[in-house]
Amino acid sequence: MSAVQSQAGSDTAIVSVAHVSKFFGPFRALNDVSLSIEPGMVQCIIGPSGSGKSTLLRCINQLEKIDQGAIRLDGELIGYRRVGDELHELSDAEIARQRLATGMVFQRFNLFNHMTALQNIIEGPLTVLKRPRKEIVAEATALLERVGLADKRDSYPSELSGGQQQRVAIARALAMRPKIMLFDEPTSALDPELVGEVLNVMRDLAASGMTMIVVTHELGFAREVANDVVFMARGEIVERGAPDVVLVAPTQARTREFIAAVLK
Amino acid sequence: MSDTTSPIAGRELAAVAQLRIVPRRFYGRWVAAAAILAVLAWLVSAFVEGDIAWPVVGQFFTAPAILSGLGNTLIMTVCAMALGVVLGVVFAIMYMSPNPVLRGVALFYIWFFRGTPLLLQLLIWFNLALVFPTIGIPGLFSWRTIDVIGPFMATLLGLGMNQGAYTAEVVRGGILSVDTGQTEAAKAIGMTRLTTLRRIVLPQAMRVIIPPVGNEVISMVKLTSVASVIQYAEILRNAQTIYYANARVIELLIVAAGWYLLVVTLLQIGQYFLERHFSKGRGGSRKQRAAAVEEEPA
Repeated sequence: MSAVQSQAGSDTAIVSVAHVSKFFGPFRALNDVSLSIEPGMVQCIIGPSGSGKSTLLRCINQLEKIDQGAIRLDGELIGYRRVGDELHELSDAEIARQRLATGMVFQRFNLFNHMTALQNIIEGPLTVLKRPRKEIVAEATALLERVGLADKRDSYPSELSGGQQQRVAIARALAMRPKIMLFDEPTSALDPELVGEVLNVMRDLAASGMTMIVVTHELGFAREVANDVVFMARGEIVERGAPDVVLVAPTQARTREFIAAVLK
Repeated sequence: MSDTTSPIAGRELAAVAQLRIVPRRFYGRWVAAAAILAVLAWLVSAFVEGDIAWPVVGQFFTAPAILSGLGNTLIMTVCAMALGVVLGVVFAIMYMSPNPVLRGVALFYIWFFRGTPLLLQLLIWFNLALVFPTIGIPGLFSWRTIDVIGPFMATLLGLGMNQGAYTAEVVRGGILSVDTGQTEAAKAIGMTRLTTLRRIVLPQAMRVIIPPVGNEVISMVKLTSVASVIQYAEILRNAQTIYYANARVIELLIVAAGWYLLVVTLLQIGQYFLERHFSKGRGGSRKQRAAAVEEEPA
């Protein structure tokens, strides 16, 4: 898919971000960002820290509220209901329901510390989806197997390595059967030797056809797995295109500088 | 290291290692212990020889009036603490709410009930009938205040509301101690604010909340004695009633002191197990956890 084709507004897009701006006080974290993502696509977002890439991700699952623009997720406008010419803010419960379309993986894992690996995974299906315990325990066990942690089901997060915690966190997000997985620098808080095990799980997930938006500094992973790469700086999308273009022969000077700095 | 040590020094050191060790003698400790024991012996003999009728202590330790007073003390401790914890959680959540009215009300509540003496609050509740002869919802129902707010109600409201103000701050501190990442992760799996609080934040805040609240339960057992001034028949008041009649003042005070100590000791043991339970994620055997997942109700 070309950058031109995938501007906001595509009818088949599962995520459409249109002219979104976000301010933290006077600081403009996102400046008129538009992006659309087709189902089954792996979208990587790269850029220096403070470039707004994590903020964009957090806006998509409404951990942050956007100040301007609109986001459509799986055919539904998020955060608002359109009533004639007005947008009415949604209630807490409606926003919670909309979040079910996305699964989020955090930089710092954020596993529930008072729950074992298995309990972390079944918590959502149990209390939010209200599905029967027996069924979801079986499913969670299968998910743990999928991320290679079947033997850790009764371990607390404090007993797991960073890589193991992140894999449980991915399983926890998958247990909600989201349509899109959002990864917010999933390997940035990991010791170098643990990065590989998390990237392997993400690779498998991409191969299974999951739609993924991945904010990352792992350029190797982006080049291998992404269908499309966005480079962001200062709250704007600077460049977008196929990984072999953006990561290897970028057209913009800022992209070139960033990639050179990361590879150094 | 080894190359700087000559073979002879090494051999000498090996020989030294064989010598008998004479433990250090702590003469100071012996002197201090002896002095303290002497003081204790003197105190014990003073109490034994003093004008205390120990058989009376034994006789009244299980007297019906004392036991019913003990019962009332325990009931009040449980009720006032329960009210205090419920109010504490509610006002802590209100305090942290984005709604400025809720936050203002919580602030006022904490300010008022922490800012005035407990004894004064008890007297206000007990004398509420002077201000409001009847209470109720106008047009629907109403009661005479004097019937509703007797010694029990006044004590419960006084101790409970006062406790709530302190517990609110403890609960707020506990909630703040939980990393915001936990809340974000809960939101990300579609939990609402209240579910997040109930399932994710409060259970983790408990580890911080339980030790001070446990302490306050122990304080509350003793604090109930203040209610004796508004005629609530707890153990101290019943002990007083008895000694007004038989003039065995110290004996009955010893009886009451003995019961307070007994109850507090039991509570301290209970607190130990409670704290161990809420340090989940930091211990416990694998097998117990595996079993817990299967049994735990939703």
